[in-house]
Amino acid sequence: MSAADLHKASANAEFVHGHDEAHDDHHDDGIPHAAFKDYLIGFLLSVLLTAVPFWLVMADVLPSKHATTAIIVVFAIAQMLVHIVYFLHLDSRSQGGWNMLAAIFTVVLVVITIAGSLWVMFHMNDNMMPAMVHEMGTSP
Amino acid sequence: MTPASAEPRSELATLLFGRLSLDSIPYHEPIIVMTFLVAALAGTAVLAWITRARAWGWLWRDWICSIDHKKIGVMYMILGFVMLLRGFADAIMMRAQQAMAFGDAAGYLPPHHYDQIFTAHGVIMIFFVAMPFVTGLMNYIVPLQIGARDVAFPFLNNFSFWMTTAGALLVMLSLFVGEFATTGWLAFPPLSGADYSPGVGVDYYIWALQIAGVGTLLSGVNLIVTIVKMRAPGMTLMKMPVFTWTALCTNVLIVAAFPVLTAVLLLLGLDRTVGTNFFTNDFGGNPMMYVNMIWIWGHPEVYILILPLFGVFSEVVSTFAGKRLFGYTSMVYATVVITILSYLVWLHHFFTMGSGASVNSFFGITTMIISIPTGAKLFNWLFTMYRGRIRFELPMLWMMGFMFTFVVGGMTGVLLAVPPADFVLHNSLFLIAHFHNVIIGGVVFGVFAAVSYWYPKVFGYRLNVFWGKVSFWCWQIGFLFAFMPLYVLGLMGVTRRVSHFEDMSLQPFFVVAAFGAVLIGVGILASLIQFYVSYQRREQLRDVTGDPWDGRTLEWATSSPPPEYNFAFTPRVHDIDAWWDMKRGGYQRPTTGFLAIHMPKGTSAGIILAGISAVVGFALIWHIWWLAVASFASLVGFAIFHTFNLNRDFHIPADEVAHVESAHTRALAVNGA
Amino acid sequence: MSASNAVMAAEGADRWLVREDLHAQPGTMLGFWLYLMSDCLIFACLFAMYGVVGHNYAAGPSPKDLFELPLVAVNTAMLLFSSITYGFAMIEMQRRRVNATIGWLAVTGLFGLAFVGIELYEFQHLIHEGAGPQRSAFLSAFFALVGTHGLHVSFGIVWLVTLVFQLKRWGLTDATRRRLACLSMFWHFLDLIWIGVFTYVYLMGVLR
Repeated sequence: MSAADLHKASANAEFVHGHDEAHDDHHDDGIPHAAFKDYLIGFLLSVLLTAVPFWLVMADVLPSKHATTAIIVVFAIAQMLVHIVYFLHLDSRSQGGWNMLAAIFTVVLVVITIAGSLWVMFHMNDNMMPAMVHEMGTSP
Repeated sequence: MTPASAEPRSELATLLFGRLSLDSIPYHEPIIVMTFLVAALAGTAVLAWITRARAWGWLWRDWICSIDHKKIGVMYMILGFVMLLRGFADAIMMRAQQAMAFGDAAGYLPPHHYDQIFTAHGVIMIFFVAMPFVTGLMNYIVPLQIGARDVAFPFLNNFSFWMTTAGALLVMLSLFVGEFATTGWLAFPPLSGADYSPGVGVDYYIWALQIAGVGTLLSGVNLIVTIVKMRAPGMTLMKMPVFTWTALCTNVLIVAAFPVLTAVLLLLGLDRTVGTNFFTNDFGGNPMMYVNMIWIWGHPEVYILILPLFGVFSEVVSTFAGKRLFGYTSMVYATVVITILSYLVWLHHFFTMGSGASVNSFFGITTMIISIPTGAKLFNWLFTMYRGRIRFELPMLWMMGFMFTFVVGGMTGVLLAVPPADFVLHNSLFLIAHFHNVIIGGVVFGVFAAVSYWYPKVFGYRLNVFWGKVSFWCWQIGFLFAFMPLYVLGLMGVTRRVSHFEDMSLQPFFVVAAFGAVLIGVGILASLIQFYVSYQRREQLRDVTGDPWDGRTLEWATSSPPPEYNFAFTPRVHDIDAWWDMKRGGYQRPTTGFLAIHMPKGTSAGIILAGISAVVGFALIWHIWWLAVASFASLVGFAIFHTFNLNRDFHIPADEVAHVESAHTRALAVNGA
Repeated sequence: MSASNAVMAAEGADRWLVREDLHAQPGTMLGFWLYLMSDCLIFACLFAMYGVVGHNYAAGPSPKDLFELPLVAVNTAMLLFSSITYGFAMIEMQRRRVNATIGWLAVTGLFGLAFVGIELYEFQHLIHEGAGPQRSAFLSAFFALVGTHGLHVSFGIVWLVTLVFQLKRWGLTDATRRRLACLSMFWHFLDLIWIGVFTYVYLMGVLR
């Protein structure tokens, strides 16, 4: 078989994929398509979601620290979602859903790692070094 | 140990060699000197033999630079076996010491040496025996089972293997240059901090594991992508062989767990090298956070080791019972459930830390829950055997040994999952007995089952049965002798990692345990003899069919050993037991129409990068900063240079494929298959 | 073998075999995504570390004493701008315009350099004030988390420069396009981590 035939065969790869029952992913190279509009929307949303928390904290807008904290956390999560959707182009179809699955699994593990560690270590400090926890709670 | 030098070192020497000096070489310890001499002699003999056989070129081209997943798989298994010998040597030294050192007798090992040995034993057995075995099996078998020609990233595969080997090399080097950690296999601070372990031992530990960890992580990514992207047409997820399923879950665990180890070792390394305060007692550090984080990696690691072997047992039992695996779907779900639950049980390794009743009961309950899917698997295997025509070949023997041993280990594990009981048994020999019970019974027996099952596929001839049986019975009985006394001792309150005892009444138990270890040693020797004898009699043991066990999955559709390209034509899959279906459905070997096959090309980049990484590690261990900077720069430079090489593949001509395929077809016809 | 037998064999074979040259799907994008997920877990550990010991000042300075939010805001802006400029580079790549792609990559790299520069300035300033990573567990965790992120950005810049050279040499081939897409994910991923850093470490630190 000549090299030219080989090239023809690779050109036919799309055709072969049509027969492929195991994979229904039709991206030719798996690189997500990006649109100018997506980046612009993402950027504007990000600017908003970044600027507001900085403003809330730097200008000391709200009287309650807890309220400010809650708001900036919500804004951070929102901005992460904006980045995931508009910049990383993650959707349920990319890579046949495997990207999404991996991302969800990772988020679960990140939550387990961080929340679990804080929970476990807080309880340990509470039991073993009560003075320290007290100090932590009242420190400015 | 790095003894303090008599005179202070000159600044130039420190600049050039960091902490390294002639005193770092433990020539005053006779045991180590003897070991070094034996190792040097054996090493020289091997090198001379390779030179005499003029095998260097072949070794370099066909193995060291090979990106063939089959060869890399074999190299992983060889690494595992070599390191098993080292790890077992450590084990038998410990057993001998503990059997001797009672009352006035101090034993033959000084405490500092003994501490290095139990640390090295744990580290080597987990990271450089069990992990290479598991990775090697997955590397060899998974692409064949899914009908692929190689893994998704063949170069990365070669690189991963050499990184693992580089890590193993650093651990071995610590024997002769400097010392190894004396902290136990997880190196808990503050003991492993700079204050209490000022020598290089913990640094060897950290950098060996970091380097090997890179390899493990990349091979995890590689195999996930392979399984996701490269399955043969028709092989939907629920038609994947169970071993491939367990390999997928294992690699998901690897990719999700090993970063945690990387992070926690990085922080410990910073504490030791830069003087940060993550895990120190002063300046607000919290050593228990290390324990917490390393077990977030550590528990999934347990399942990384055992899940693939669950897959092996599933393949073995259905093959040798001649039946489809009972409860395929439940097996898959059990594996997935274990994968997820394994992230929710880590605290059961440190119930005694003192997080209180609410935390402990949560993790106690999750631990008991995770035993349920494992139990379901055992029932699946039992029901597969039920009313099957069981052939008691070697793999099946190991399978039976596993069922018996692993169930005992699993049950003592559930005992330990009860926090109040754990408060009594924590860090005792009961725990040691428990985890050896599951690791030897599960992982080691599983590896031997897998080796005897797939050996004919890999090398083209079966393993000798007699020596296999000797090995099996020595392992099985030796295991019972070695670890049942430890359960008793643990219940009596004897703790682990003790090099000398005062209570003479304990001695008989330790002597029995040492006898068990010797029996296991005979078992290991028997498998070495088995490999040798089988090689000698390879013509009688030859497998020409490629399918010696009447197998069920696609790896048996190839010749033994499989051609470089695995499959001349990609198979189409219609059933879970794809090859069984092909055999029953009138499949005939293709004889014409072969096409040229596109294959990746071998490269020396993997071993070069890993070699430079080992130098970086060595420089960081000994604080040779100029070398660390220079070698790291060359590492980055070479990696960038490698990305400019696009000449990474070639085609196997159609003629050659036709030639190889027709040779196998003729061999089949001659043997009337 | 007679002709009819051969035909039958061929038909039988087609049930079991793919007779065409079956090209494997490229797995790089998925593989790189999985790598990013694992990197994400490294950061999760560093965040957890910071969460657990972040209040342990050891009688040393607290976030309120140390952090200068205007500087952090500028730094955040640098990274955000670099994200959008990388986006423009990707769009130019889709339009197959090599020079424009290289141009936007260069802009991205400059923003990245500005980010790393400001961070180094901040670190140097802190260490100069006696608030180095050895001072307290809080500062150790701070330097580890922010420093690891900074190292990632620096690595991204090295990669970006390499890619610029490869684009100049080879143009937009399959390989360079794939690498550009991987770096794109890497870059945006680092921006995403930074959202966590500026919210959890800086803003919430000052709020304490």
